[in-house]
Amino acid sequence: MEHYISLIVQAVFVENLALAFFLGMCTFLAISKKVEAAFGLGIAVVVVLTVSVPVNNLIFNHVLREGALTWAGMPDVDLSFLGLLTYIGVIAALVQIMEMFLDKYVPALYGALGVFLPLITVNCAILGASLFMVERDYDFGESVAYGFGAGIGWALAIVVLAGIREKLKYSDVPPGLQGLGITFMTVGLMSLGFMSFSGISL
Amino acid sequence: MALRKFFDKLEPHFEKGGKYERWYPLYEAVDTVFYSPGTVTRSTSHVRDGIDLKRIMITVWACVFPAMFFGMWNVGFQANSYLAAEGLAMDEGLRATFIAAFAGNDPGSIWDNMIYGAAYFLPIYFVTFVVGGFWEVLFATVRRHEVNEGFFVTSILFALILPPTIPLWQVALGITFGIVVGKEIFGGTGKNFLNPALTGRAFLYFAYPAQISGDQVWTAVDGFSGATVLSVAADTGMEGVRNMITWFDAFAGFMQGSVGETSTMMVILGGSVLLLMKIASYRIVLGVLLGVVGTSMIFNTVGSDTNVMFEIPAYWHLVMGGLAFGMFFMATDPVSASMTNTGKWIFGALIGGMTVLIRVVNPAFPEGIMLAILFANLFAPFIDHLVVQANIKRRVARGAI
Repeated sequence: MEHYISLIVQAVFVENLALAFFLGMCTFLAISKKVEAAFGLGIAVVVVLTVSVPVNNLIFNHVLREGALTWAGMPDVDLSFLGLLTYIGVIAALVQIMEMFLDKYVPALYGALGVFLPLITVNCAILGASLFMVERDYDFGESVAYGFGAGIGWALAIVVLAGIREKLKYSDVPPGLQGLGITFMTVGLMSLGFMSFSGISL
Repeated sequence: MALRKFFDKLEPHFEKGGKYERWYPLYEAVDTVFYSPGTVTRSTSHVRDGIDLKRIMITVWACVFPAMFFGMWNVGFQANSYLAAEGLAMDEGLRATFIAAFAGNDPGSIWDNMIYGAAYFLPIYFVTFVVGGFWEVLFATVRRHEVNEGFFVTSILFALILPPTIPLWQVALGITFGIVVGKEIFGGTGKNFLNPALTGRAFLYFAYPAQISGDQVWTAVDGFSGATVLSVAADTGMEGVRNMITWFDAFAGFMQGSVGETSTMMVILGGSVLLLMKIASYRIVLGVLLGVVGTSMIFNTVGSDTNVMFEIPAYWHLVMGGLAFGMFFMATDPVSASMTNTGKWIFGALIGGMTVLIRVVNPAFPEGIMLAILFANLFAPFIDHLVVQANIKRRVARGAI
C-alpha cells in the first residue's frame, strides 16, 4: 500500500505532468480562464487517465510486449512498434464509450464536462502518461495508481492556474504580453514554485 | 515650509505639457515621501484610513532594521571570530582596505564587526537599490504608473536574504528578474501574484547554486567552510546541532546564514511592531506557526531510522534558517498572500507545513521557507476562491430556510 501511495504523491507533485514535463499545454492554457471550467476539465482528465493508463497497461503486457503473445502460440512476435497507434486508438475509443455512458446514465456530469471530454482525446498529457507507464514498466496495480496520481496532478495544476488567471484579470499587463504571452510566463513562474518538490525521491 | 514651496515651484515642469512631463512619476515619488498628496475626493465622500500604501511600505522597511543591523554585525562577528581563531589576516582587496581604514578585526568589538558587515552588506544593498530602482523607474515612466514604495520593501528584503559573499553581478541579475518578471510585467505593485524578492532569490538559487548554497558562502572570508545549522541538522540530526550551538544562541542569531535571516529574536522584534500596527496579518503568522508545529510533531511521532531530520522538534525548526524572517516579512506580503480571513489561516498553515516538509523529506534543499512561500503564493488565489464559494453556499443555504 505504501508503495502505491508514494507513487501517487510522486505523480502529483514531483513529476507533475503539466508543470514538470509541460505536457497537455494546449488545453492547459486554453481552458484555464475560469476556475469552474478548469475544475470540470480536471475531473475529466482524472477519470480518463485512471481508466486509460491501466487499459493500455493490459494491452501492452498481454499483446504488444515482446513475447507477450506466447499464450497465442507466437512467442517470437514483438508488436511494441504499434504502441503509439494503439494507445491513441484506445484513448479515443475509451473517451467515446465513456461519453455515451455518461450521456445515458449520468447526464448531470455529462452536461458539466460538455466539450471537454472529446477534447482530451488529443491531450498529450493523456498519451504521455501511457508512454511513461510503458517506459517505467509499471505492473497493473502501479499503472492504476500512476494514472490516478498523474490526473490529480494535472487537475491541480490547471485549477491553480485558473485561480491565478482570475486574479490577473485585475493586473495591467503590457499590450504585447496580453493573453497567451503572460499565461506562458505565469506557467513558468508556477513551475518555479513547484520546484520545491524536485529532488524528493520516494 | 520652504520645502513645500520648492516642490510647488517645480511641479508645473512635470505636469502635462511641462518640460519634464515624462518624468512625472519620479517627481511624484519624491514629493509624496515628504507630503501627503493634495488630491481629494470630488464625489460622494467616504471614510479613508489615515495610513496609505506609502506609509505601510515605509513602516515595513523600518521594521526590518533590527534584523538588518544585527545581520551586519553578525557577518562581521562570524568573519572576525574565524580570523581570530585561525590567526589569519583578511583577504586582500577593496573591502579589506576599507575595513582596515575604519576598524580592526576584534570579534569582541561591536564597531569592528559592524564595519566588517557593512563592507559586505552595503554594496549588496546598494546594487539592489540602484538596479532595482532603475527598472522600477523605467517601467513607471514608460508605462505611466507611479513609482511604488513596494520597491523599498522588495529591495531590502531581497538584499537581506542573500549570503554576504554573493557576487554583485548576481545581485543585479536577481533583483532584475524579481522586479521585471516577478512584478512589472503584471503591471507593478499590487498586480503580481508572487513575492518579487523571493522570485529573484529563487531565480538565483536555480541559476547559480554554487554562490548561494553550500558551506562556502555564509562567512565573508575566502575559503572558509562553515555549514549552516540546517545543513548540520540534515547531516547529523539533533545531536550534531546540540554539539554545534545552543538553542538560545540560535534564537539570538549567532550563526551562519543569509545576512538578515539568522536572528529570530530581532525578526520578532521588528515583526511584532508590524503585527501591532496590523500591517502584517496575525492570521498568516499564526498559521505558519501552527503549520510548522503540527507538521514537525507529525514527523517526530512517525520517526525514521534513515532520515535524521525527522527528530528535529518544532522549537528548533523555528530558530533555524530563515523561517522567522520569511514568516513575518515574506509570507505576510499583502499582495501575494490570500485575501480572505479564513484563507489567510490556510495559506499560513500551507507555508508552515511545506517548509518543514521540504526541510525534512527533500534532500535537494536544506532550507524550505523560500520555496514554500512561492508555492503557497500560487495557491493563494485558489484558496480565496474556495473560501468565497463556501461563503456564498452558506449564505444561500441560510436564505433558503
